[in-house]
Amino acid sequence: MEPITGAEILVRCLKEEGVEYLFGYPGGSVLHIYDELYKQEDVHHILVRHEQAAVHAADGYSRASGKPGVVLVTSGPGVTNAVTGIATAYMDSIPVVIFSGQVPTALIGNDAFQEVDTVGITRPCVKHNFLVKDVRQLAETVKKAFYIATTGRPGPVLVDLPKDVTITKAEYHYPKKVKLRSYNPTVKGHAGQIRKAVDLILSAKRPMIYTGGGVVLSDGSTELVELTQLLGYPITNTLMGLGSYPATDKQFVGMLGMHGTYEANMAMHECDVLIAIGARFDDRVTGKIDKFCPGARIVHVDIDPSSISKNVKVDIPIVGSVPNVLRAMINVIRDEKLKPDTHALEHWWRQIDEWRGLESLRYRPSTEVIKPQFVIEKLYQVTEGKAIITSDVGQHQMWAAQYYHFDRPRQWINSGGLGTMGFGLPAAMGAKFAFPDQDVACVTGDGSIQMMLQELATMKQYRTPVKIVNLNNGYLGMVRQWQEFFYQKRYSMTYFEALPNFVMLAEAYGHVGMRIEKPGDVEGALREAFAMKDRTVFLDFITDQSENVFPMIPSGGGQNEMLLAERDEMVSTHEEGMVLV
Amino acid sequence: MNNNNRHLISILMENEAGALSRVANLFSARGYNIESLTVAPTDDPTLSRLTLVTSGNEQIIEQIIKQLNKLIDVVKLIDLSETDAIERELMLVKTRATGEQRAEMKRLAEIFEGHILDVTDSTYTIELTGRSEKLDNFLRAVEKDAILEVVRSGTTGIARGQKALHA
Repeated sequence: MEPITGAEILVRCLKEEGVEYLFGYPGGSVLHIYDELYKQEDVHHILVRHEQAAVHAADGYSRASGKPGVVLVTSGPGVTNAVTGIATAYMDSIPVVIFSGQVPTALIGNDAFQEVDTVGITRPCVKHNFLVKDVRQLAETVKKAFYIATTGRPGPVLVDLPKDVTITKAEYHYPKKVKLRSYNPTVKGHAGQIRKAVDLILSAKRPMIYTGGGVVLSDGSTELVELTQLLGYPITNTLMGLGSYPATDKQFVGMLGMHGTYEANMAMHECDVLIAIGARFDDRVTGKIDKFCPGARIVHVDIDPSSISKNVKVDIPIVGSVPNVLRAMINVIRDEKLKPDTHALEHWWRQIDEWRGLESLRYRPSTEVIKPQFVIEKLYQVTEGKAIITSDVGQHQMWAAQYYHFDRPRQWINSGGLGTMGFGLPAAMGAKFAFPDQDVACVTGDGSIQMMLQELATMKQYRTPVKIVNLNNGYLGMVRQWQEFFYQKRYSMTYFEALPNFVMLAEAYGHVGMRIEKPGDVEGALREAFAMKDRTVFLDFITDQSENVFPMIPSGGGQNEMLLAERDEMVSTHEEGMVLV
Repeated sequence: MNNNNRHLISILMENEAGALSRVANLFSARGYNIESLTVAPTDDPTLSRLTLVTSGNEQIIEQIIKQLNKLIDVVKLIDLSETDAIERELMLVKTRATGEQRAEMKRLAEIFEGHILDVTDSTYTIELTGRSEKLDNFLRAVEKDAILEVVRSGTTGIARGQKALHA
């Protein structure tokens, strides 16, 4: 076999992996690779305007499609810019493979131009990383990178490529399969544990199903819906799990956690058996840990053993992939014709419906000023609940999660773990690449959108029409809300005294801009924007500056200590709670 | 439950650049404590054996073990504190050895089954191996101002009986 260069090997590997899109930005150390990309047409390189956006776009593409996202950046600043994107993907367990250029092996450690210790810098925020020092190991390393990124609990994997490795030649051989003696994730759940779990689940008087992003990532939605409906139990989703169970179904009690619904949090607090699936008992969900589900025995299904009993001690742990374990549970229940306690369940549902009756997501409508919640409700109506929605981070993110009812997995894309402002726009672009025929909207705020604005140029270049729903209140709203409640309204650095004219800005990038100031114009503007199928439209909604996200569990509070809009006096949280963010 | 117990964890991992820093990084990133750490390749040059001493309550130790297992480079590990195990640490001590001290120091080294590896007209360099407590006891037995330098390897260990950790 004719030896070929490392750059050629890399591009061939990408083709073998079926990579459609490579999000990246060129530079000195990756020139050989870019030269190879130039010579072929199978892998489409998307030239972003900032490396952070490359990773967010690949991440958004992956979250929407289920396929791994792929990134190529140069050494030094190229990779340090990418770090926020990598950490974002890591916290939400998104399979992204990042190729980074590196200075030639002979110069590593010499403080060469555009040199950083990439493997060192990224180590804490990747599932694994590699430095390829010998071109003969390149193909196998690429195979390993994709394998590790996409199996077990997924996550980002980085491959650092010194420039000389990309020009040195070797014979090309791409392994069909790789086996790592040190990495062998458990997929199939333990039958004995599953049996025990089923017994506990069916013995429940006040059961609660609590599911997270793991259901989405493992494509376990079908099994989740089947099991939940077989049992007739109430179900709540975490922020990351929204869409894995249809939000419009009557068994769905809404999102839980800090800004979850009253019924979801109360049902969590009062349940006697908690069935946690692909969720990790994050602090935004549990509130104060010693007040969490005080009377519950807990079953926890997760592919990552380290997620189990990390924050909350569980009674029946099951390590395995969600669809596998849930299918096994369904089979046990069906085969043995087991039935839940329907009498107790009826009683439990009456209680939950009573909590529901409080309508914790009710807000005071206005004909004068645009309420942000109202914009999301209209967005939901206009898109008939079918659009892929990405968000940035802050109040708008919570409102999108609360008022857009996601009925299918991979429809809701947001940075839940790291909470990265700036994620929404490039992620929307990535999602649009995955599904060019679907409507994609980025719900954002005037703070977040300014962190990745430059990607408007990328979206123009590649014609990825996204509808940007900017909930513009002139404030960093979520921080402002905390300052209002807990810092006696000392609004330190949360008001933007200068904002750009977003309409002109959108137009400057070649897109359509719209400014909407009256509640009566909201729906019309949205309809007009979504009718422009081939255009990116920036909808700048001027919203109520004082609106807050409710319900809210102030940190340090238990799940049953929620504050509801306009009903409770906001009291300053106690000292212990102030320590928690 | 909240007792901070000492644990000796022994890890078999891929002998690759950066593998050690992955372990060290994990401990610092998650706020776990490392009291000592020793590492060297095994008879199989593709594998390294890393032994560390840490402490924490049951829940913390469980997390440490799970997080270590999650590292891609970790092949296998064992918590030697949970089994019957042999523990050893090596210590090199340079002491003053002048006048009457000279005979006294030699006697002390013999009691602790140490070897004097290097001699000058005013110093001894003594090698000692054993459980960490034994080495602590030696240091306590020596007059404080007689100690010039102490070098300890950190504890390593192996399970008793037929049980063996291999890839």
